[in-house]
Amino acid sequence: MDGSGETPIIAAAPAYNGLPDSRVVGRHDMFPHTTHDDVARINFLAQLNRHLATQVAPFVKTAWEARAEPRARAAEGRPPKDRHEVRKALLGDPMFATWSALRRMTMEQRQQTGRWIALREAETLAARAKALTENDPRLSLDPALPIPRYVSAVDHHCMAGSYHTELIPGDVSAGANYDVGMFITTGGLLGRWSDGGGRAIVEWVKREKPDFKPRRILDIGATLGHNLLPIAAAFPDAEVIGLDVGAPMLRYGMARAKALGLTNVRFIQADASSLPMFEDGAFDWVQTTMFLHELSLTSMRAIFSESHRLLAPGGVVLHVEQPQYTPEMPLYEQAMRDWDAFYNNEPFWSTLHEIDLDARFVEAGFARDKLIHDKVSADARDIFPAAADDTVEDFGRKAAWRLVGAEK
Amino acid sequence: MSIALALAKAGAKPAGKRPYFLDQEVERVMAIAMAAVQELAVARERIDTLERLLEARGVLTTGEIDAFSPTPEQAAERGLWMQEYIARVLRIVQQEGEAITAGAHGDLYSEDVAVELAADAPV
Repeated sequence: MDGSGETPIIAAAPAYNGLPDSRVVGRHDMFPHTTHDDVARINFLAQLNRHLATQVAPFVKTAWEARAEPRARAAEGRPPKDRHEVRKALLGDPMFATWSALRRMTMEQRQQTGRWIALREAETLAARAKALTENDPRLSLDPALPIPRYVSAVDHHCMAGSYHTELIPGDVSAGANYDVGMFITTGGLLGRWSDGGGRAIVEWVKREKPDFKPRRILDIGATLGHNLLPIAAAFPDAEVIGLDVGAPMLRYGMARAKALGLTNVRFIQADASSLPMFEDGAFDWVQTTMFLHELSLTSMRAIFSESHRLLAPGGVVLHVEQPQYTPEMPLYEQAMRDWDAFYNNEPFWSTLHEIDLDARFVEAGFARDKLIHDKVSADARDIFPAAADDTVEDFGRKAAWRLVGAEK
Repeated sequence: MSIALALAKAGAKPAGKRPYFLDQEVERVMAIAMAAVQELAVARERIDTLERLLEARGVLTTGEIDAFSPTPEQAAERGLWMQEYIARVLRIVQQEGEAITAGAHGDLYSEDVAVELAADAPV
């Protein structure tokens, strides 16, 4: 106070449109315990990811336009002809290198943060999952299942041990780590239960197929079922089956579903390229969400074919994915979107996004005039109101997807 | 014990060779720095929580910390701590500085001294 007797001007709180505190993420009985420091690490990494996307990635584009592209053009006597040439030219630019090094580090730090939380109480979590799922026929594991090469070759998104490695008997730590860290990479854009993909597809189905009454739904690559649960909730008369090759994910997923009160779900350990346990036409809806990019061409062909066999007439297969690389997409954007393929252990990402998916559906037996193309995006207003107006491009991480599919 | 598992495995390397975008030495130091930056944010958030809890219980009032001005004695204690802290952090620079002249005074590698000390006296 300056003694003038005037009312001091209290500055209004600065407008904040940034990320919410990660404590907005929903807690259920399977969710691992987090300390204040754990939560702060999650907050930091989510904010760091957003900083890299909003404050650093634009400089990469500036560097590309101002120096890396002219240099590449001068060296070759022509502009780069594809995204691979763009990426290789970018690798020589210090701004791309700095952004890449930091982006890689955030992935590694995210894994370490989540694994510290999950492994620290691995035994407690395993016991809790066991208590929730023991003798429950809705959880069906197959310890003899061979883990496909596309899962075992490199650990997707730097997730040590991937979806399937078991560190202790009855391990669920891979699922707990996945659940606790999803907020970081997506920056809260998947909503309170990290289920933005599932909610988006439910909204699409309810709008586009209002009379659809599926009896059985198959979610392939379900991991911990975060996108399956909104489907199960929206179609309570349907039986929803989540399929995955990773037992820790499935144990955690079944326990998580029960903790959240969903009853019309099952979790089965199986490889979707061959599902002889299900008869032809057993499902009305086959779903995958951000799954296709983790496959291989061979397994994708088998899964498309198996999906066609498993669908009943009138059924629908729907895949939620990041957009394909079309001739309209600038090569720079394609190269930036390819980053995860080469530097974040998503080796099929690049191939998936360039192939003719329509041809793959037709090859699997679907009619060309029954193919589906649309856009869907996550609604995260429950925890992140500003996200509704979000225009931040994070090259493959944004919760704005393409829907590709087919009716049978 | 889960805590031993966490200590051993939380930072485990994922399958797949790691790409380096900068010189490996630079990127290693940067990774260590970013981990330290993260832990500083963690400590800052914890202090912030502490301040807010103290405010909520009336131990502190809003702005009291920012308005705090140490007495000369307190400032001296804190200044000394800061001097010691910076000296700790920049130890390598001090030692490299001392090395500039140490060489002229016959500074040797222990490895070389080891050879010297192991030499048998000429018969």
